Amino acid sequence: MPQPIETLRGFGVTFKQIFKKPLTQQYPEYKRPLYPRWRGRHRLHRHENGLEKCVGCSLCAAACPADCIRVVAEENTPNKRVSAGERYARIYEINMSRCIFCGYCELACPFDAITLGNEFEISEYSRDDLIYTKDMLLAEPIKRVPIADPAIYDTPVPYYQDHS
Amino acid sequence: MTETWWVSLIKAFIIINLVMVAFAYMTWVERKLLGRMQQRYGPNRAGPFGLLQPIADLVKLLRKEAFYPAAAIDKLYIAMPALAAFTALASFAVIPFGPGWEIHGYFVGGWVLDAPITLILLFALGSVGIYAFMVGGWASESKFSLLGSMRTCAQMVSYEVSLALSVLGVVLMGQSLSLVDIVHKQQDTLWFVGPQIVGFVIFFIAGIAETNRPPFDLPEAETELVAGYHTEYSGMRFGLFSTAEYINMITLSGVGVTLFLGGWDGPWGLGPLWFLLKLSAFLFVFIWLRATLPRLRYDQLMRFGWKVLLPVATINALITALLVVWI
Repeated sequence: MPQPIETLRGFGVTFKQIFKKPLTQQYPEYKRPLYPRWRGRHRLHRHENGLEKCVGCSLCAAACPADCIRVVAEENTPNKRVSAGERYARIYEINMSRCIFCGYCELACPFDAITLGNEFEISEYSRDDLIYTKDMLLAEPIKRVPIADPAIYDTPVPYYQDHS
Repeated sequence: MTETWWVSLIKAFIIINLVMVAFAYMTWVERKLLGRMQQRYGPNRAGPFGLLQPIADLVKLLRKEAFYPAAAIDKLYIAMPALAAFTALASFAVIPFGPGWEIHGYFVGGWVLDAPITLILLFALGSVGIYAFMVGGWASESKFSLLGSMRTCAQMVSYEVSLALSVLGVVLMGQSLSLVDIVHKQQDTLWFVGPQIVGFVIFFIAGIAETNRPPFDLPEAETELVAGYHTEYSGMRFGLFSTAEYINMITLSGVGVTLFLGGWDGPWGLGPLWFLLKLSAFLFVFIWLRATLPRLRYDQLMRFGWKVLLPVATINALITALLVVWI
């Protein structure tokens, strides 16, 4: 059934939209704040006294569904003590092109050594550069991304249900 | 008054370049306007306000690998985009955008070509343009292209009939087939959009179908036929088809302005400026239609063209003829 009046109303709608402000968020100038528990690039952590938390048990490698973590452990000698346990991870590599950022490695680690941080701007120009070694994972993130206020999200009753 | 040949040549060169620039920035205007109508920005990264976007697109098209299907019929496949662009550009030569001017003793007309039959020349070139789309799709030797080109051809031929008939009323009132004479007649009497409002609406709708613009763009709809007749074309060949489509749109708007809205007519002289303003209004409505209306299904399209538009155009021509003879 042809409906000319409704069609003309449609034209009015599109015409009015020209004068409304667009909704696009322009990415590099405005970065939308991430949720605090958002799963980004992995980070290996250290204790307060500088020893690494990771003991090379490779539970994370076992838990990984994409099989992208490679752990080779080595004994801690008295001269060279790297981690706080008996062994340390000599080689610890994560293949970022295979990782699905599920967070199972973080859940599997008994020492809280690996967590998923908030960094996501990790593109590279070649596939080989995407295999992150232990040094890269230990390092602080280079680029800071804005993170939303944890208080809003980490309460038992979600903040937004009480405060609109 | 006739022009010397080299004045014509220089003017043709300038106008072709201006039309190509207009086509390039027409794509920019379309993308920005469509974006704004859809509550988003158009391109705004390439240069300030995205003004270098057409140039970026041009460089991309030129640098693309120009493969062609092994089964394609070589000469026709390669020649068709050129033919499409050629007919589109050639049609623009007859559109008058200003009265003639006397510069240093030489007469410079506001048009590249003025002949007693320019209106028929326009339709003839349009028909040759249909050949380009049809043969281009067929020479690609691909099912999608063939179907797309058949649909395109059928659609364009059907609506060309209504287009020509809608213009008949204007010809009867303007007593001439030359576009320049029609504009002069409109300057003397009334813009033909008044008495010929039905003809104007039919011309506009048939024009949208002629140029394969939404809502009549089924032949090149991405979701229906991959890309219709230009599926197998890449790089600059596709660019030439795109050129042909947009320049057809600009030419058709120019013809509509000339025939119905008085061409360069307007107060305070400034012929070409009025022409540009009216042309922009037409092109804005083209883009507005693209943003608003969904696509017509093919059978709805054909039914509309033959069963609605053609009878109305015929009756319009008949009534105009009767009135012109008896008044």
